[in-house]
Amino acid sequence: MPEKSASNLVAEPLSPPKIRSPRRPAGTLYRGNEGMWSWVLHRITGVAIYFFLLVHILDTALVRVSPEAYNAVIDTYKTPIMGLGEIALVAAIGFHALNGLRIILIDFWAFGAKHQRVLFWIVIAIWLVLLAGFIPRQLMHVFGG
Amino acid sequence: MSTAIADKKPAAPEVIPTFTATLIIRRFDPDVDDEPRWEDFDVELYETDRVLDALHKIKWEMDGSLTFRRSCAHGICGSDAMRINGRNRLACKTLIKDLDITKPIYVEAIKGLPLEKDLIVDMEPFFDSYKEINPFLMAGATKGGKERKQSPVERARFDDTTKCILCAACTSSCPVFWTDGQYFGPAAIVNAHRFIFDSRDEGSQVRLDILNDKEGVWRCRTTFNCTDACPRGIQVTQAIAEVKQAILKGKP
Repeated sequence: MPEKSASNLVAEPLSPPKIRSPRRPAGTLYRGNEGMWSWVLHRITGVAIYFFLLVHILDTALVRVSPEAYNAVIDTYKTPIMGLGEIALVAAIGFHALNGLRIILIDFWAFGAKHQRVLFWIVIAIWLVLLAGFIPRQLMHVFGG
Repeated sequence: MSTAIADKKPAAPEVIPTFTATLIIRRFDPDVDDEPRWEDFDVELYETDRVLDALHKIKWEMDGSLTFRRSCAHGICGSDAMRINGRNRLACKTLIKDLDITKPIYVEAIKGLPLEKDLIVDMEPFFDSYKEINPFLMAGATKGGKERKQSPVERARFDDTTKCILCAACTSSCPVFWTDGQYFGPAAIVNAHRFIFDSRDEGSQVRLDILNDKEGVWRCRTTFNCTDACPRGIQVTQAIAEVKQAILKGKP
């Protein structure tokens, strides 16, 4: 019996492999520049903000139903995880707002379309300044007690 | 005198240095393959060789089944747009030595149009949206059958967009076009721009109405991939922005 199983092991590679190679050898990722990645970030932050607003409208509307339920929900937000989530929220809104201004400048100002790359880095710089002002304060709030 | 000239002649023809580059090409033969597959080739090349020369070398000396489009081979006909190292380029305008040859060079068909074979895509959807914007001068008869005059300033207004060679590098670099093939795409808008801002043309309003559509200029998300991909250096995104403004103003 052990001999037979050994021969099976040898013969096995000859049979067609059951696990096929990746079904769709996808093309390479398109290597866009600042413009493309700012658009990707804009879309991601936009969708994230949409879902936040959905929840936000629901929890705020709760105050009309029952103030106690509203307070209970708001209390669950006062956790460190939600505090960190607020940092992500401010970062997303900050980027979306600043990049939105950049897109307006690109569409309505010939200078904007020519210098979109510089504008993108200006957006990133202002965004980082914004976060540098907010994040330490927020961390003190969340963890400082 | 004659000996002096003879002395200057090198004894043996100087050997032109070559180097080896690896090309990884995304192949697809509809008769054999279910899915596209990557195949690599080591090619001996000269410093002056372009990606197109490498493809020629593969087709002529290594694998005759490699299929790609090219015609003039000098950046005018716009046949050989392909994705080289993840960016849309003309194979005939991309020097191998400008790429990083310590790494393999990835060559694949342009994205967003139906793949037919190897590096060839079906260009019909691309030309359909081009035809839709009326890419010809729309003007009635002139007074007395004379020529239509245009000042140099008026001509310069749309000079940038006259350079288009319809290679589809811009349209197939557009993330919006990849997911929504109904979008007119940068190339069609560029060619509309060429006539919208032409002082001799009388069909601007027709074109602006065509492009003022859900699938028209408003689909543009200003990713600037098209401007980067254009082998003629057309400021594509800016041209689209100008068409957007013309639609808002109601006139070019």
